[in-house]
Amino acid sequence: MSVVKRISSALMPLAVFPSVAFGDNQVNMSPGVTSIGAEIYDLHMLIMIICVVIGIGVFGVMFYSIIYHRKSRGVVPSQFHESTKVEVAWTVVPFLILIGMAVPATSTLLEVYDNDDAELDILITGYQWKWKYEYLDENGENVSFFSNLATPQEEIYNTDQKGENYLLEVDEPLVIPVNTKVRFLVTANDVIHSWWVPEIAVKRDAIPGFINETWTKVPEEGIYRGQCTELCGAYHGFMPVVVHAVSREEFDAWMGSKRADKIAQVAASAVDLSLDELMTRGESVYNSQCLACHGAQGEGGVGKAIAGSAIALGDVGTHLDVGIKGVAGTAMQAYGSQLNDADMAAVITYQRNAFGNNTGDVIQPSDVVNHKQG
Amino acid sequence: MRLSADPTTDTVLKLVTVVVAMFAFVFVVMVPLYDVLCDALGINGKTSAQAYVAAPAAVDTERSVTVQFIATNNDSMPWEFRPQVTSMAVHPGAANDTVFFAANPTMQHMIAQAIPSVSPARAAEYFHKTECFCFNQQPLEGQSDTLMPLQFIVDQDLPRDIKTITLSYTLFDVTDRVSERIASR
Amino acid sequence: MGDHHHGPAKGITRWFFTTNHKDIGTMYLWFSFAMFILGGTFAMIIRAELFQPGMQLVEPGFFNQMTTLHGLVMVFGAIMPSFVGLANWLIPMMIGAPDMALPRMNNWSFWILPPGFLMLASTLFMEGGAPAFGWTFYAPLSTTYAAPSVTFFIFAIHVLGASSIMGSINIIATVMNMRAPGMTYMKMPLFVWTWLITAFLLVAVMPVLAGAVTMMLMDIHFGTSFFSAAGGGDPVLFQHIFWFFGHPEVYIIILPAFGVVSQIIPAFSRKPLFGYASMVYATASIAFLSFIVWAHHMYTVGMPVAGELFFMYATMLIAVPTGVKVFNWITTMWRGALSFETPMLFCIGFLVLFTIGGFTGLMLSIAPADFQYHDTYFVVAHFHYVMVAGAVFSMTAAVYYWLPKWTGKMYNETMGKVHFWISFIGFNITFFPQHFVGLAGMPRRIPDYALQFADFNMMSSIGAFIYGASQILFLYNVLATIIAGKKVTDEKVWDGAEGLEWTVPTPAPYHTFEVPPKLDPAHAHG
Repeated sequence: MSVVKRISSALMPLAVFPSVAFGDNQVNMSPGVTSIGAEIYDLHMLIMIICVVIGIGVFGVMFYSIIYHRKSRGVVPSQFHESTKVEVAWTVVPFLILIGMAVPATSTLLEVYDNDDAELDILITGYQWKWKYEYLDENGENVSFFSNLATPQEEIYNTDQKGENYLLEVDEPLVIPVNTKVRFLVTANDVIHSWWVPEIAVKRDAIPGFINETWTKVPEEGIYRGQCTELCGAYHGFMPVVVHAVSREEFDAWMGSKRADKIAQVAASAVDLSLDELMTRGESVYNSQCLACHGAQGEGGVGKAIAGSAIALGDVGTHLDVGIKGVAGTAMQAYGSQLNDADMAAVITYQRNAFGNNTGDVIQPSDVVNHKQG
Repeated sequence: MRLSADPTTDTVLKLVTVVVAMFAFVFVVMVPLYDVLCDALGINGKTSAQAYVAAPAAVDTERSVTVQFIATNNDSMPWEFRPQVTSMAVHPGAANDTVFFAANPTMQHMIAQAIPSVSPARAAEYFHKTECFCFNQQPLEGQSDTLMPLQFIVDQDLPRDIKTITLSYTLFDVTDRVSERIASR
Repeated sequence: MGDHHHGPAKGITRWFFTTNHKDIGTMYLWFSFAMFILGGTFAMIIRAELFQPGMQLVEPGFFNQMTTLHGLVMVFGAIMPSFVGLANWLIPMMIGAPDMALPRMNNWSFWILPPGFLMLASTLFMEGGAPAFGWTFYAPLSTTYAAPSVTFFIFAIHVLGASSIMGSINIIATVMNMRAPGMTYMKMPLFVWTWLITAFLLVAVMPVLAGAVTMMLMDIHFGTSFFSAAGGGDPVLFQHIFWFFGHPEVYIIILPAFGVVSQIIPAFSRKPLFGYASMVYATASIAFLSFIVWAHHMYTVGMPVAGELFFMYATMLIAVPTGVKVFNWITTMWRGALSFETPMLFCIGFLVLFTIGGFTGLMLSIAPADFQYHDTYFVVAHFHYVMVAGAVFSMTAAVYYWLPKWTGKMYNETMGKVHFWISFIGFNITFFPQHFVGLAGMPRRIPDYALQFADFNMMSSIGAFIYGASQILFLYNVLATIIAGKKVTDEKVWDGAEGLEWTVPTPAPYHTFEVPPKLDPAHAHG
């Protein structure tokens, strides 16, 4: 057992804040499931307990004075006002306590920085306002996908009951195998973001143009939820992180299915879909990617209105340009790299036929492919 | 040193000098110091912007280091951009080369700038690029593609505990920046 | 010597053209209170939206404008100018000087503030809205991705910075050159010492802030790439430059507050400040250390481990001189003859709550633990404990303490005590639960949150409304005092008060110490 753990255990009876208290409301940091999380928790408890003890001592003296050294009790005030001995004592003793704290803090920090010997590398890219995960494969067959907030707008705007994992659920979680050292390479596409999962005790800033690295090794299967922790614009609070730690077998199976998906997507770009299929698929893409800014009825909001808009009713090529390349200088991103061809075709078709637009236009995945090629 | 006979004026002039000096400090000291420290200590993951001139040296065939390549587009940069190989095993001291594929799918002439970043950051000072497409801006006509070369040597003095180096390039669209500069001439 | 004894000019132009330190002090104090209400209004909007999960009142983009403006207005508009106002009123009197060294520059230092803040507030009505990138305005969110109003934000920061720099030059020149004969540095009241040291910090770091925003301006409008990787720059460079200013800035905020508490506690303990020399050295140590700890705001940015360790050790060290000060204040009280008028209540509140904020600061300094605290509500709780229960409580104590000297009227003591208790209780209900939600995983700067954070957020919002309401009581008390308070004519309003300002008539005449006072040699220091 580490020194830190021993001291904390001994002082534990003094712990004022248990892990869970006040009903369902968590009041303390969670030790989480990883060894580094437990070390950080122990350090946190050690410092906090020392502070509480010092606080009780110091405030005790002060409250004693407040009660017994009152003018109303008729005391005559002392006039002593200096003592070098005492000043030295309460400079040196805190200094020694700090050294005591610095030692375990240093060793834990060195652990956090030990990124070597990972078995799996994952590139995490922060976007406004979602995460992209890319599993680096030495053969170049990287699996990558975006992870978007899955909580419906109706729940956020209070027309629907909020679900249990309100604001902490995504369409595509990050899946990792348990008991495997995973190295995260963290960067950003636009502004600074930060990737944090409290239960595995990993937080790293995502800086555009630079790569940061950190690591984890999760011993316990489970679902771990976190959020972006660096202000990154309007929807900073709406880009959660969800990690599924699963068994090796399950992970391998999942990777297999993801690779198959990738192949299927490429093939799907050549397949024509019916209007109904496009509309259904398009609505689902719209709700996940467009609704937050463009409104449930295409009425607009942060983004322009789509219902009755010149772009949705006008030239298909222009409409595709907006979706694929975005609009520079605005919050409208380039979805060309975020949506596969079938999804892009579907959502453009949907926008041109829903909300009363009724153009009758049908855009096929191959149309999107052709448009991208010019 | 007195700047004025009147003590108040003397104090004020000295303080104004400090104010001006601290403002200048930001531009003249902090920025270059940051770059120098990052360069010298290799602590920012930034590699040099100039070609490394290699001195002849022995290759450490006993040791193998994995170099991983990552290619990312910044913001709405539409190019296709990927490394030809995603990783290679190299010996410290040996010269290696690889290429990155880039394609401009739009109809317009565009100019890109690749910005490298190395992880772990402390490996950057041991990662020497003798030729890199990141040293220059990369122009590409619309509807064309290219293979961009990278030649590098991993220094023999790379700390032994580093077994994997990740080199990431972020591709930025600098077409507008460049044309502004040309237009202003 | 001609007949110099005229009172203030008549009419409204008196206030525009005055060079009198008392007038200017009064204007700073009223202005800062107005900014406190403005910043507080933004806070009420924030807490109203956070009252329950879900978006009820404002859009996420507007919420970010509120958090940004709340921070900017409170730091640059409320707290800093309020202590400058105090400095103006008190420093000349405390050192036996007739006025500040540069009275006309003093007028300018104040009068550029209202237009500066008008410009900042007007960004709310501009296309794209007000700044929404946090008061810490990290690039590239504040450069490439900012709304057009950012240019006005930058200009406003320049104006506010210029005001602070001019004010600080004035304070240093005054303290260094205009002390009454016999008042050596080690005989000055501690409030003067803390302001002298603060003024040096301001002169050193406000230009750094000016440099940072100028570099932003250049990146946005003139094609440079200080903070953009595309041109060979680095967003993290912004953070280093900003926090090189930002950390000394928080000591700029708290040191004058320390000075106030060092005046008031001895007065109500009827006992001299314990360890005067230590207090001076501790203040100077804190100021010096404040320059070498900035990157503890950046522990998760990907700094090399040696850097993280250095900043961790240096930051932990600041606990030592800070602890010395707390021990000294408590020892001042020990075996004194204490009474608990409103100024003393706010100072005791300061002692308890600022110390708690100091403890959470120590926890935050521990780099590996900070990976779990950084950018969560734990940090928000920490800095509100030190800035509100620290600086604002101290400022409030100062107003109650010196108001009778300034106005010749006594405030209503019962109302003052009520204000204290409502503030104390309201403040703790607002901010104590924020430690919990931060530790439980709630990030900062989010307009909506997961359900497990709901109960404490509701509690926090209720506390905020209570604390906000109590400031109306404060305003009422101050106004009622000025207009119709009970007259006070004793020079020494408080029987334990010491210092030259307590030797002039009450209310203090428009001009004081036109002839330097003879110092009582028996009297060691204030």
